[in-house]
Amino acid sequence: MTVQIHDHPRAFPIGKAVIEMKDISLSFGGVKALTKISFDVREHEIRAVIGPNGAGKSSMLNVINGVYRPQEGTYVFRGEQIVGMTPRRAATLGISRTFQNIALFKGMSVLDNIMAGRALKMPANFLEVAFQLPRARKQETEHREIVEEIIEFLEIEHIRKTPVGRLPYGLQKRVELGRALAAEPSVLLLDEPMAGMNVEEKQDMCRFVLDVNDHYGTTMVLIEHDMGVVMDISDRVVVLDYGKKIGDGTPDEVRNNQDVIDAYLGVAH
Amino acid sequence: MSTPAVPSETLPRLLLANAATRGDRPALREKSRGIWKTLTWSELAGEAKAIAAALAGSGFSAGEHVAVLGDNRPRQVAAMAAVHMLGGVVVPLYADASSDELVGPLLASGATHVFAEDQEQVDKLLEILPKCGALRAIVFDQDRGMRHYRQTQLKSYAALLEAGRKAPATGAGDLDARLGRVTPSDPATLLFHACADGAQRGVVLSHGALIDRARAAAKVDGLGESDLSLSYLPQAWALQHLLGYALPLATGACIACPESSETMLADLREIGPTHFYAPPRVLRAIANDVSIRMADAGRFKRGLYERATAGGDGQLVGALGGGGLLDVMLLGPLRDVLGLGRLRVAYTGGIDVPADVVRMFRALGVNLKRLYGTPETGGLIAMQADGAVSVDTVGTATPGVELHVDENGELLVRSAGAFLGYHGDPEASARVRGADGWIRTGHLGQVGPDGQLRVVDRLRDLAPLADGSRFAPAHVERLLKDSPHVKEAVAIAVDRDTVCALISVDPVATGDWAERRAISYTGYADLASRPEVHDLVAEAVSRVNARLASDPATAASQVRRFVVLQRELGVDDGALTRTGELRRDTIRERYRPLLDALLGGRAEAKLDLEVVHDDGRVETVTTALSIRDARTAGAANRKAA
Repeated sequence: MTVQIHDHPRAFPIGKAVIEMKDISLSFGGVKALTKISFDVREHEIRAVIGPNGAGKSSMLNVINGVYRPQEGTYVFRGEQIVGMTPRRAATLGISRTFQNIALFKGMSVLDNIMAGRALKMPANFLEVAFQLPRARKQETEHREIVEEIIEFLEIEHIRKTPVGRLPYGLQKRVELGRALAAEPSVLLLDEPMAGMNVEEKQDMCRFVLDVNDHYGTTMVLIEHDMGVVMDISDRVVVLDYGKKIGDGTPDEVRNNQDVIDAYLGVAH
Repeated sequence: MSTPAVPSETLPRLLLANAATRGDRPALREKSRGIWKTLTWSELAGEAKAIAAALAGSGFSAGEHVAVLGDNRPRQVAAMAAVHMLGGVVVPLYADASSDELVGPLLASGATHVFAEDQEQVDKLLEILPKCGALRAIVFDQDRGMRHYRQTQLKSYAALLEAGRKAPATGAGDLDARLGRVTPSDPATLLFHACADGAQRGVVLSHGALIDRARAAAKVDGLGESDLSLSYLPQAWALQHLLGYALPLATGACIACPESSETMLADLREIGPTHFYAPPRVLRAIANDVSIRMADAGRFKRGLYERATAGGDGQLVGALGGGGLLDVMLLGPLRDVLGLGRLRVAYTGGIDVPADVVRMFRALGVNLKRLYGTPETGGLIAMQADGAVSVDTVGTATPGVELHVDENGELLVRSAGAFLGYHGDPEASARVRGADGWIRTGHLGQVGPDGQLRVVDRLRDLAPLADGSRFAPAHVERLLKDSPHVKEAVAIAVDRDTVCALISVDPVATGDWAERRAISYTGYADLASRPEVHDLVAEAVSRVNARLASDPATAASQVRRFVVLQRELGVDDGALTRTGELRRDTIRERYRPLLDALLGGRAEAKLDLEVVHDDGRVETVTTALSIRDARTAGAANRKAA
């Protein structure tokens, strides 16, 4: 079984750059996590960031959504230079993410977890919700509809009411994707979405990543360890090693890049 | 009595009658995006008409075959009704069949159209499209992922519906005329099933036959428009097609479609059906789940539960509708949790219904009754009436059915529900149906003086034993499956003296049993190879032997030796048919070395089995299975004592 690749006209053709990173450097004390990294992410594309352990992939993602502030470099989002990005601002700009180590509310149901992803879009305040005032009830219904659409899209109807902590790992990852989608992001950051999965779970996840991109036109930035998966589903790949960019281009270009082969793959086979 | 009278209606006329007399009442309910949505009879009729108009517009002619492939959905029902309006024949296919398995039915029926549920089904069809020359159109229901398909045969259901709704008014008269030309004796549905001789054939049922059988089913328990059922079994199953398609048309009852197969039990609870059909396997799964949860309940509740479910056949009738403290405190809430709280009647079919499953559900206050039929006889022959429920019989003949047992013991049936024949196989049809309208069921049956029918086994499975008695494998298997720990059992006479059994244990019940005894295991194969589990099964087998020994006719059928298999018998490996019946020839073939070892008296057998992995790799795994001797009971002396 192979994963379906983009061999058909895209519903959302790849457009201009959404995110432009220029000479980004980030260090923690004396440790240089990222050194002068430049790359861009275009509208509607699936952009992968790969590299061996400690290459700076997660740091890069954390820079994009404002968890880390780089000491040097410029960050341009939709033509606007961003100074002092924060996670909340990233969320309001339409950047959503999943985490390498699943960060769900384990005791809450799948439905409630995905509902939580809509928190930013709910205007009713704490008291209105607590007393189930009309505005709170109305917003609950509206948001539930969107959440149900996501549940159907990700084929998790059967676990709608199951507490997340009771689910197997692969399904929890899918729920996390659902929560990220609930924010209706224009850019989705996926931090190792296939880590620790078996072959079948990986194939499922690949299909959902492609489907989300195809159906909603979501721009994706994907960090992944598994080279095979990345090459199959992404449009362009950027390769990091020890905090430096060593390759950038289409999967085929990257595959044939001697630096990448040496640094990442070791001896070519 | 001559050949029975066939009803004068057709299925589409019943649909229009429902739309006229109870147009605002619900015909179908479907859970979609977490909410139950209703389709009324007039909406259903309107949708079916629109689809019919669109099909007619694209040159569909009467007598053409249309396959449906997918889970039970309102749109599937509308599509089937549309085909019936135009005089076409519906061919329900199993949704979980592989593309290779679909080729046979599609070729044999010469289907010109397929209504497929989603991308997954469409992909299977496209793969085999070059082999199926007659196939002109594939109509898909769900658009997801379908945007990039360019095949000209593909049409979306929504587009078809819209085209039909926009069709000119002149088309409506044309449709009425075509609908009027459909007669009750016209073929309505083609159901493929594995016949007694192992070959797969298409059973053709007419409009009249389906209506006759549906009315008979409704009459016994007075099912009507206020009744509600859950439609979750494959439409290719005769009984599902009868109870889930023809019966609602004939009575105006409502059908609910679950959200997905995984949510079936949750949906059951939400919808609270008034009547419900479940094959023994589903009932066994529910029963095991209840037992396990009860074992974890507090001592008081557990005590009540044990009191309620203990006891013999006496409670079959007695416990029902009794009310009382037990019912209020425990059984009522339990039925409610299971989704059986509003249930008036539940049915289970097949000839191998384990007695203890029937007993348990009856003890819980569920009016579970057995019924019996074969696809050739329209799916329904006999049914138990209220107050006459027993674990051994399948009830009395339903209205309009004549029963006859011939000199070989074979059960013959005559009714208006009889099939028209096997599709394209007049020879096989002639073997099954006599000129006077009697249908051979291929089953060994006995009709008691009170009219109660007892179906023992398939005739071709019976084997003579050395003492002159006949060995009926299904009877032995049914007794074996009385144990909650036995999921599947195959009884085989390896020679004229020795009956042996291959047993696969139930992973849930046996797994729970092992956990409670601190017996650790890694997976199913490990669990099934534990000596403790073999001891457990040995106990169950010796209980069965004691019962077999109590009747001189079955004393020689006692299980002498048995093996616990390390893999479940399933549909995918070909051991079971899709309706859950054993494929004995396949099993005999596959377990040949095991049968030789059973016969040869060896204590262990090596078995090579192919394992197909999820990613398609095939690997041959050799396992060593230990063979146990079972304790048998002395024969007739036991009865004398």
